[in-house]
Amino acid sequence: MGVEKNLANLGIVTTCLDKVLNWARKNSLWPMTFGLACCALEMMVTVSARHDIARFGAEVYRGSPRQADLLIVPGTLTKKMLPMVLRLYEQMPEPKWVIAYGNCACTGGVFRTYNVIQGIDQYIPVDVYMAGCPPKPESLLTAIMMLRDKIDKESLKNRG
Amino acid sequence: MNRQEIIDRIQEKASSLTMGTSQGIDCPEVVVDKQHLIEFMKFLKEDEALSFDLISDVTAVDYPARTPRFDVVYHIFSIKNGQRIRVRVPVGDGDGVESVTCVWRGAEWLEREVYDMFGVTFYNHPDLRRILMEEDFKYHPLRKDFPLEGIEE
Repeated sequence: MGVEKNLANLGIVTTCLDKVLNWARKNSLWPMTFGLACCALEMMVTVSARHDIARFGAEVYRGSPRQADLLIVPGTLTKKMLPMVLRLYEQMPEPKWVIAYGNCACTGGVFRTYNVIQGIDQYIPVDVYMAGCPPKPESLLTAIMMLRDKIDKESLKNRG
Repeated sequence: MNRQEIIDRIQEKASSLTMGTSQGIDCPEVVVDKQHLIEFMKFLKEDEALSFDLISDVTAVDYPARTPRFDVVYHIFSIKNGQRIRVRVPVGDGDGVESVTCVWRGAEWLEREVYDMFGVTFYNHPDLRRILMEEDFKYHPLRKDFPLEGIEE
């Protein structure tokens, strides 16, 4: 305690690296500007003043996947759209997280048909599933809260 | 020009090209043999009284038990008269019809959709590729024998 107290007097705080990185990452989730179907409209509303996703540092929707670290998959994903989504995901730099937003992105939803992907998790790893058709903006905020808790538990030892 | 006058005009001028005319529930309906399709479509568009100048839709109907199996259905609108007409062309499985893009250029994508969904070929079409499904898709999903959930690869 004696050393830390002396450091604090010099304006220095000691902590572990995991905590600093996780604190920075979870408070600056930058989602990618990306919509697939009606869920995307709810996602846009989440940015608006009433719900204000900016309270959690996640309002900076980036136009380029290279600047984003959160991929929200909002809506029905068709087989024809899948190659583009995979390409965008692969262009995002690590560390990156994925929210499957809405029933369609989670499981294909009501579209149990030949042209719809039955869940994005068949192709890319998903961190948070959010059910709903479409889920309310509050649900997206909940998903981001869950993702923040998850990021908080991450460690450099198992994820860079 | 009302519906009955449309049918009268077709019977008067082009009865040799048609296999039958009738008054459908919503608009006049004509069945045409595929050999006479282009000639009849040109008549519909270029006849001064009829003037069917806008192609609204091209689609098809699958009758699995019937020979020939498909009906290609054209919905055409006359801006001048404010009237619609429906033209049906029977066509067999694996067969095709002449493309009407030489009459209405706007039929190009509509015919591509029919080709994609039903597997009906359109001869002399400028760019006959799939329009909705991915290019390496092997089936025609709006056929009645195609399962809704698709075929496992």
